[in-house]
Amino acid sequence: MKAQVVTISSGKGGVGKTTATANLAVALAAAGSKVVCIDGDIGLRNLDVVMGLENRIVYDIVDVIEGRCRLKQAMIRDKRLPELYLIPAAQTRDKQSVSASDMVRVVHDLRKEADWILIDSPAGIERGFKNAVAPADRVIVVTNPEVSAVRDADRVIGILEAEEKGTPSLIINRLNPSLVRQNDMLSAEDVLDLLAVKLIGIVPEDENVIVGTNRGNPVALEPKSKAGQAFRNIARRLQGEEVPFLDLEAGNGFWSRWLGRK
Amino acid sequence: MIDSTQLIQIKGLRDGLLVSMSAAPWEELNAALIEQIESQRSFFQGARVALDVGSQVFHVNELSVLRDTLSERGVMLWAVVSESPTTEQTAQLLGLATRIAKPRPAESTRDAAAEGGRPSAQWIGRTLRSGTRIEFPGHVTVMGDVNPGAEIEADGSVIVWGRVRGTVRAGAGGDELAVICALAIASPQIRIGDVLLQAVERTERPCKIVLQNGALSVETWRAE
Repeated sequence: MKAQVVTISSGKGGVGKTTATANLAVALAAAGSKVVCIDGDIGLRNLDVVMGLENRIVYDIVDVIEGRCRLKQAMIRDKRLPELYLIPAAQTRDKQSVSASDMVRVVHDLRKEADWILIDSPAGIERGFKNAVAPADRVIVVTNPEVSAVRDADRVIGILEAEEKGTPSLIINRLNPSLVRQNDMLSAEDVLDLLAVKLIGIVPEDENVIVGTNRGNPVALEPKSKAGQAFRNIARRLQGEEVPFLDLEAGNGFWSRWLGRK
Repeated sequence: MIDSTQLIQIKGLRDGLLVSMSAAPWEELNAALIEQIESQRSFFQGARVALDVGSQVFHVNELSVLRDTLSERGVMLWAVVSESPTTEQTAQLLGLATRIAKPRPAESTRDAAAEGGRPSAQWIGRTLRSGTRIEFPGHVTVMGDVNPGAEIEADGSVIVWGRVRGTVRAGAGGDELAVICALAIASPQIRIGDVLLQAVERTERPCKIVLQNGALSVETWRAE
């Protein structure tokens, strides 16, 4: 097996990187792939909580890097999906404990073991971000339809282009169609107009996400949730399928214009 | 082995250190710099370093690796000064400054411009994203947008074949005839010389900004 390595990043904090990582991992694993996620946020780990695996942590990525355990020992197997694993971050250390070359080495060793490696990047554009991006084959930038989040996404895209990581793809998370309709929220078009990158998914605002996050049950496992459906679609697009964008507002004409543009 | 002081020279500036590199190969210079830093850790700890690389050409991966290596040792690389346009562009792409002292030798560029019969210009064939800063002692032409959070500062005019949503300054060296042209504009701040126009209204048509009677005016950009 030769894994594809995808880093999920954003610049701004709180836009849904960790939620996106957990949901894409779950969706890919539910579709039959072997998936390993890595929490890149050393010192502020979250991915374990969102995936509902925090009680199982024995070793973390810093233990792997510093040679206190083998890679396999730090891979926590998901309780729902047998082909889904998490390598947690260390909570009692900081970003200085890991270097870009450490990440490249760990991911290199993992490539044989999995189909997909998803790395959850910390917020910011400093060392933690650089570490998370270093081993990536491709990067997904998550943003919200908010001016501040979009500007940070633009900065991150600029850095990725400058470092020759290629142009990332974009997830617009927490879009609220009725606010867009009232002109109180940036539309997906406004965001794309500025960022000018390829859209890989639009995730609607959905309170199931908050409930799922708190309970450690990613919404991608909920057949009825719209956000869950959006994440499952993104996972299919990652695998190269052509999937039409969700019709979030039937009869609006707005989303159908999106479909037309693709 | 050559003494590292022959390869690189380090001197203090008002706001940091200037490392001047000789014409030796990159690997040797890199090794010499790291060696210097390792041997005088406390001196370099927390330092802001500007790099003068002469006419050597460096690529993104070389500069970004150096920046990361330095940052791991607590040294911040903030500027790269170079005579090579390629290296200069690389540095700008990485968000590094390319000029270190504000009062540049404006006279000399002006003289050179006068001798050549025309001032030089910089061509930027891409969109400038947030956090990018372009400084140039001549005209600047951008084929793409200038996004919010991007900055241009030119001694001459600035022509943008795209939308300006970042901050732009033309005539930074005092040229009051400099203009700013764009296909559309909605900018927090535009300057020509020292005259400032804030919160430039959104204009979705080609426009030209000129300095007239001490104030900036936004006109339609048309053929003259």
